[in-house]
Amino acid sequence: MTDAVTPDAAGSNVPTHNATTIRVVLPPHLRTLAHVGSEVNLEVAGRPTPRSVIDAVEARYPMLRGTIRDHVTLERRPFLRFFACEQDLSHDSPDAPLPDAVATGAEPFIILGAIAGG
Amino acid sequence: MSKVRVLVGTRKGAFVLSSDGKREKWDVSGPHFAGWEIYHVKGSPADPNRLYASQSTGWFGQLIQRSRDGGKTWEPMDNKFVYEGVPGTHQWYDGTPHPWAFKRVWHLEPSLTDPDTVYAGIEDAALFRTTDGAKSWHELPGLREHGSGPRWQPGAGGMCLHTILLDPSDPNRIFIAISAAGAFRTDDGGKKWKPINQGLRSEHIPDPTAEVGHCVHRLAMHRSRPGVLFMQKHWDVMRSDNAGDSWREVSGNLPTDFGFVIDVHAHEPETIYVVPIKSDSEHFPLEGKLRVYRSRTGGNEWEALTKGLPQSDCYVNVLRDAMAVDSLDSCGIYFGTSGGQVYASADAGDNWAPIVRDLPAVLSVEVQTLQ
Repeated sequence: MTDAVTPDAAGSNVPTHNATTIRVVLPPHLRTLAHVGSEVNLEVAGRPTPRSVIDAVEARYPMLRGTIRDHVTLERRPFLRFFACEQDLSHDSPDAPLPDAVATGAEPFIILGAIAGG
Repeated sequence: MSKVRVLVGTRKGAFVLSSDGKREKWDVSGPHFAGWEIYHVKGSPADPNRLYASQSTGWFGQLIQRSRDGGKTWEPMDNKFVYEGVPGTHQWYDGTPHPWAFKRVWHLEPSLTDPDTVYAGIEDAALFRTTDGAKSWHELPGLREHGSGPRWQPGAGGMCLHTILLDPSDPNRIFIAISAAGAFRTDDGGKKWKPINQGLRSEHIPDPTAEVGHCVHRLAMHRSRPGVLFMQKHWDVMRSDNAGDSWREVSGNLPTDFGFVIDVHAHEPETIYVVPIKSDSEHFPLEGKLRVYRSRTGGNEWEALTKGLPQSDCYVNVLRDAMAVDSLDSCGIYFGTSGGQVYASADAGDNWAPIVRDLPAVLSVEVQTLQ
């Protein structure tokens, strides 16, 4: 399906329909747990944010609940980072809009495990 | 023909070791959950093919896995451990109040009668239970809230509830142990708890005979005599003959009474096993000799068991959940080391041989005797 793309009220070029397909890259251990490849495609309603993308990940793959963010506080687990378009979005608000390139599916939203430990 | 299945949790995955009743040739399956820390794997006494595993890492937190086919396949279950109410604070290492926070599941103890009921001991210390096969977990808050909780303090490994003993003669009686709070008992199925630490003496705490604050490393019981408990404390091997109401030291002639594991022979309630470790600052055997010590008198008189175990240049540790026994006629004893060896004795400890030598560091060992 080809989405119509027009500038939204904030001037971003995002699809005008209600749900967009977001590409998400999971760290290897979570791919194994969810039985998926390196990248998954998820429908996200409205303007995608880190929160709505993680909501969609957990809805599609319930076995990942609690592995990316805390069950109760919903805070990102400290050894994980969120990247997109060569930017570290980890400390942005979970409700901040993701870059247009993520919203249009041109770039993936990357969930990355810290390189640490033994 | 009887079979034995040894469930091994390691720093980098779980392994299932299987043998027939001779316990000479072993099949090794694994790693399951490769790369994850597996603190504990245990089978249900009521359905031996029902296994539960605690899987975690610092990156992705806690998972609970369940198998219904003896470990061939697994399915992730509910991993949400939320304290009841507002959990308040315990003491931090420096004595200041510190908020209770879930870290990981140390120990899973399936019910003796119902494969869907499992108890979970967690860090920060609390007891949880599932009654639906790990589809959901709920705290038994009476333990954490019984009154002394604000005075509990973590041991070096964290404030973990690591031991859960279910009384085979009384479904309402449960014993648990926490590092470094001590041992506790409920007689009403987990609603009310009492510390059972009278007789313990710990020189490294301000009041050596305090009601709580003792670093209990492990409890053990024989199912035929659930009122008799054995304890490996940080230092000291202890015994209680009244379900923990009071304890007496039975370290006797042990070369050092520091250690982590303690277990009881399957058929001889007065035969117990420990693995002495040099000290709390040097977590390896004395003199580089890996020795299991056995007492056939319920403590005090100990003999070193060395045949088949390395007697030079051995500097491994044996952690608190890493010893178990089978229930074959000739009782088998098993333990795992921080060096990745799992040793087995098919003759109650007289002779030992490694089942595997090069696993990741072993965190836990459990044994199932299968008919």
